[in-house]
Amino acid sequence: MRLPDTLEKLRQKLFSDTVTTFGWMSVVLLILLAIAPAKNFFADWHRYQRGYERLISRRSDAVTLRRHFEPGIQQIWLPEMDVVDRCTTCHTALKEASLMDVTTQPYRVHPAIPHKAEEFGCSVCHRGQGAATSVEEAHQSTLAWEEPILPAKYLESSCGQCHQQDLKGTPQLNLGRKALAQYGCVHCHTIKRPDGAVITGTDDPPSLAHIAGKTTREWIYAWLKDPQSYSTTATMPNPKLSDADARDISAFLITSSTPASLQVVQTSLDQAKKVKDDAALQTKAASLYGESFCASCHAVQNAAGNLVGGNLGPELTKVGSKVKPEWLQAWIRNPHVYDPPTEMPHYRFTDQEVGLLTGFLMGKADPDLLANVRLDPATPEQVAHGKRLVNDYGCASCHEINGVKRPENFAPELTKIGSKPVNQLAFAPGVSHTLYDYIEAKIRQPRAFGPGLKMPQYTFNTAQVDALVNALLSHNERALNLPAAKTVPAVAASHYEPAGRAGQLINDLSCFSCHAINGRGGDMAPDLTWEGSAVQRDWLVQFLRNPNTLRPALIRRMPKFNLTDAEINTLADYIMTVYQSPKVDRESMPLAGYPPGQIELGKQLYYSKYGCQGCHILDTKQDKGYIGPTLTHVGSRLTAAWIYNWLKDPQALRPGTQEPKRNMSDEDARALTAFLMSQKGRETQEAKKR
Amino acid sequence: MKRTACILVLLITALWLGCSRQAGTQAVAAKPTAFGAALVESSGGKQTAEVGTPLAQPLVVQVNDEQGNAVTGALVIMHGPGGVAFDPAAGVSDSSGQFTTNVALGTIPGRYQLTASTTNKAGKTVELKIEEIALGYQEMLGSQLNDQYCARCHNQESSPERVSNYDNLAVKPHLFTEGDTLNKISDADLAAIISHGGPALNKSSLMPPYGYTLSKSEIQAVIAYIRMVSDPPYGASGIVYAQK
Repeated sequence: MRLPDTLEKLRQKLFSDTVTTFGWMSVVLLILLAIAPAKNFFADWHRYQRGYERLISRRSDAVTLRRHFEPGIQQIWLPEMDVVDRCTTCHTALKEASLMDVTTQPYRVHPAIPHKAEEFGCSVCHRGQGAATSVEEAHQSTLAWEEPILPAKYLESSCGQCHQQDLKGTPQLNLGRKALAQYGCVHCHTIKRPDGAVITGTDDPPSLAHIAGKTTREWIYAWLKDPQSYSTTATMPNPKLSDADARDISAFLITSSTPASLQVVQTSLDQAKKVKDDAALQTKAASLYGESFCASCHAVQNAAGNLVGGNLGPELTKVGSKVKPEWLQAWIRNPHVYDPPTEMPHYRFTDQEVGLLTGFLMGKADPDLLANVRLDPATPEQVAHGKRLVNDYGCASCHEINGVKRPENFAPELTKIGSKPVNQLAFAPGVSHTLYDYIEAKIRQPRAFGPGLKMPQYTFNTAQVDALVNALLSHNERALNLPAAKTVPAVAASHYEPAGRAGQLINDLSCFSCHAINGRGGDMAPDLTWEGSAVQRDWLVQFLRNPNTLRPALIRRMPKFNLTDAEINTLADYIMTVYQSPKVDRESMPLAGYPPGQIELGKQLYYSKYGCQGCHILDTKQDKGYIGPTLTHVGSRLTAAWIYNWLKDPQALRPGTQEPKRNMSDEDARALTAFLMSQKGRETQEAKKR
Repeated sequence: MKRTACILVLLITALWLGCSRQAGTQAVAAKPTAFGAALVESSGGKQTAEVGTPLAQPLVVQVNDEQGNAVTGALVIMHGPGGVAFDPAAGVSDSSGQFTTNVALGTIPGRYQLTASTTNKAGKTVELKIEEIALGYQEMLGSQLNDQYCARCHNQESSPERVSNYDNLAVKPHLFTEGDTLNKISDADLAAIISHGGPALNKSSLMPPYGYTLSKSEIQAVIAYIRMVSDPPYGASGIVYAQK
């Protein structure tokens, strides 16, 4: 039988009369009507809610859990944040602390965080499509929605949408923001914070205006070819230049350089030459390098290949292959002449000492570095080509170069990079089509995205790349359009500038490189904002003349600057008058003359009730504490009022200090102050007797 | 007709080859040239890291033979519970018998049991279990507070930058990994010691009170951190995520 015949028979059987036809049509209609509730019944969220009910029914606290559970589609709606989140429909147990042991999704308990889901929703932090009720649409990138859920490693970027300042709980984001400013990203890319402030770099790319006086064309060539071959810690990325391009740029930089005003002292140069072949002078130079605490800021690779020293200044392992001795001796004499804003202090070295250090550092050379660099004298065409390349690669975005203007907006602005539509991106082969993978790939392999791209190759490790992606994702549309009540603005950077003759001295000695004052400066050494309330003038004068360490087991120490008496007095006067805390009245308590009974009580409190000897050394024979400063001379160093206020609340005077607040009674604090003020140190007592 | 069939066959073959190449990029393990008898951990075990982020130090395991000498060229394969990523996940041991891999833990805070395996001469699998710890938000805050306030005394490890004070103390503080002791102290007692100092529970007065310095939630964070790193693991957070 043929098919049309069968159909014809069926039609005759089913629709032979009106009643049968009506009956069959009703059945069809019923089936169609049943589709909607069936679809609902088999929806993802329904399945998960049934699973949740099964899960809790087996637990001992099933009754409580069932009471908390609300079936049906749940929604968090926050119109002012543009949030419609139905995530809690399936993620039913986010707040059930008793389900802590459940590890299957979507029933996991949300970890403790400072915000409530009712106030912020879910998608503000996690992204994804909040209003969706199917797993795929909510979590993944679909044609209609290109923001998938953020992987855990990028979650901290969401904190950065509202919090413009660093948070304790977001180490990744903090690291990324620091790297953005530190590795020169913001010199080429403009990034504006939601408050409109442009992020500025914290690095200080050197000016190339007088480069010919500092180094050779051969070194520039080698550096341009691979900055990390000179120093593994170099922050300059590799511009990936061809040999010819590096040759032409080096030619242009040398040609465009103008002479710098270097103070060349022949005695220093002669001394430097002698160091090379004189073992005794070498030892002397090495100990001067140590005594001057150069290693607090500069690192040098040791025989085992490990970097030893600080990272404030450049690595010096191969410095002798880079700089010219005339430049180096002038730099060591006074670095502010060549580079006024430099972080390096102006040590008052004698010409002989300058020579010793110059000779010592010129000996730190790597003969292999420039062994294969042979450059013929440059032709005018090469120089012109070099200038074109300098313009093309945007070198002047970071460096000052004679005859080349700093380009404006050399690279794309990244203020909204965190919400850039994926369909506007050109992906490199092999990169999955999500925004975060795109940014990661761009940072890792910028040149893989096509020919003719100029972004240089960085040498970031995985943690740094992840941190940078976090920082960049936080710059998005949502961050720019947040209601004012939800934003936490950044702490404005301090531009504190000390005044007068002392201010000039403070800048000349680059005190801000290590010490912070009024919010400006480094964190290597103690904050000096209230130093005038804390210390006694005599001690300060002595310390500036010959700094000694207050803390045992500390390798980074304040260097000796060889200041004159007049300079020391200027500094001490300024610090004692200006850097005063409004909370501490220096004159309110006497420096000596406390009753012996009170001192004795203080001693007992020190050793028994408060256990101070756990962290501080008072008696060098029996105490061994390594945490706080040594207190053997504390009575001639600190003011009584400072000690008293410090004991009452150390955090109020120096936030974040390790010493805890003890909630000490007034009597205890006064007795301890009396006891500590009696600790004048042996030398001082002997000096008094004389 | 024959020609069409030929083209069709060619097309299908090309498509199949294209697909199989994509699938093949996943894990191409190098071929072993030698076989070891035992696996030992060189470094990188018992690290802590924020969930989802890579561990600071790579994990290094060493392949040894029966005499305990390093074996070069043995295949080492890494396994872990869901969410753990290895880079690379497999490879042969180098000239000093070592295999190095970078590890990123999963997104659930807790202990992760990782397995390194190699095949011995008899074709049997030799395994080594390594534990790493992923810190959640609260534990991560706790670990920062630990660095700032606790570690100088409660950790024996010294660096030139930060010398430990542990050896200087007349009464030795408990290391936070001492699970045998610390697991027996309840959360409330730990909070009391941190807030009110050692004397609150009749312990040394060298442990100062931090109740006026740290907030309640900060103290909870420190306790969460202590519970997470204790060895043997603390009851409630003692679940170990291992391969199923």
